[in-house]
Amino acid sequence: MTGGLELAILAGWTIVVTIFGLVAGLVLLGIDRKLAAHMQARVGPPLRQPFIDFRKLMIKESVVPANAIPWMFNIAPVIALISSLVILLYIPLGSIPSPLGAFGDFVLVMYLLTVPALAMVAGGFASGSPYATVGAQREMVTMIAYEFPLAIVVVAIAWRLGAAGIPDAFSLATIAAHPVWSVVGPLGILGLLLLLVVLAVVSPAELSRIPFDSQEAETELAGGLLVEYSGRNLAMFYLAQGVKTLVMGAIAVAVFFPWNISSFISMPGGVAQVVDIVFFLLKVILVMFFSVSLARVAMARFRINQIVSLYWIYIGVIGLSGLILLMADAVLVSVAGGII
Amino acid sequence: MKPTKAFNRSLWAFHMNSGSCNGCEIEIVAAITPRYDPERFGIKLVGSPKHADLLLVTGPVVGKMKDRLVRVYEQMPDPKVVMCVGTCGISGGVFYDSYNLAGPVDQVVPVDVYVVGCPPRPEAIIHGVVTALAKLERIEGGEH
Ligand code: SF4
Repeated sequence: MTGGLELAILAGWTIVVTIFGLVAGLVLLGIDRKLAAHMQARVGPPLRQPFIDFRKLMIKESVVPANAIPWMFNIAPVIALISSLVILLYIPLGSIPSPLGAFGDFVLVMYLLTVPALAMVAGGFASGSPYATVGAQREMVTMIAYEFPLAIVVVAIAWRLGAAGIPDAFSLATIAAHPVWSVVGPLGILGLLLLLVVLAVVSPAELSRIPFDSQEAETELAGGLLVEYSGRNLAMFYLAQGVKTLVMGAIAVAVFFPWNISSFISMPGGVAQVVDIVFFLLKVILVMFFSVSLARVAMARFRINQIVSLYWIYIGVIGLSGLILLMADAVLVSVAGGII
Repeated sequence: MKPTKAFNRSLWAFHMNSGSCNGCEIEIVAAITPRYDPERFGIKLVGSPKHADLLLVTGPVVGKMKDRLVRVYEQMPDPKVVMCVGTCGISGGVFYDSYNLAGPVDQVVPVDVYVVGCPPRPEAIIHGVVTALAKLERIEGGEH
């Protein structure tokens, strides 16, 4: 009986989070465009522009190219959208626990992050267009490149929390509940700052935004992976892009900025959750501003071979130094703790 | 499918050069600079005809470009409008008696809006886009 009730609550909660994710994702895209426009001394589109674009795409004709593989071509956008929504269900949003948080940890989220990208690769290959094929190959290369630094961040944070004696350190709920800044010493803070840089550089690649958008490169590949997509399928990728932006922001917030207002000021339960979710969105917008909007306005696109060496050598070294600093910090803090 | 109001605030344009002298391209690029900022109205340039609602054609359509223009036009998903930018796409302009012309543009694909000028000013191009929107509104109202 209780099992059935819990399942129903879980299902309802999942639907709420899904709708929230879709709406918040599109709002984030709108804010991103507005911020970029202001930085270029333009007025920019209204905040609801992504919603208008989405509505327009939904009523356009959906063309399937003659030499595409239709079922794969049509299913790729659906998989991309659904898998990005599924990731969202594992990440705590503000003080609201995630619906599926108990069933998977940070490592699972890291694996799931590759699924939308893989769906796009499948869609690109299925389009049967040379542009899309080149885009799909570049997407795979980019994925291989940024996966390594991302894994360093995940492992370093969870290991440091574990070394501080916090059980179940790989769970995102644990990471969000124990701000990692509070367990480390000065060396660790330096290490964490380095890891923050790594995550900030991985995010635009994960979202295929400038400077890491060589797989979509509008000026050379005419949209790359998405070149053959139109109408409803393109709208679905558009939504997935919004949700992925929210997901990357939410991960950065959960790992590095997990504080909630309700833990500082006491408020009645319902109000606290609303305040926290608003605060959470503000933090996501701030993260997105620095790692997506600012970067894409200020920088030009990297070539695909530059992306690989950038991630494996430079960002990899930064990430590893962060990891080593955190390990040294764990030793120092425990030694200091032993003396006291 | 019938277009709705969403089109008026979200028009994606694909630009195709059918053999122009590049004067019109420069003016199209000028029309999307921050000074005019058409993104305010949801107008943006896209890289693929599959994403586009509006086809901007420049140039008089040389023989080699004829098939390509037709192909790009047919690749665009409905509903769509075509805008011919520059005098040489309308009448041949300075190239009017060249040996290698297959155009002007409206001999090859149906054109909805003509923008005159050699090259037209960015204001004229933006005015043309607004006219194209009015055309879409008429399609919306059931007329053709
Ligand atoms: S209209 Fe004039 S400026 Fe434009 S492409 Fe033709 S010749 Fe060049």
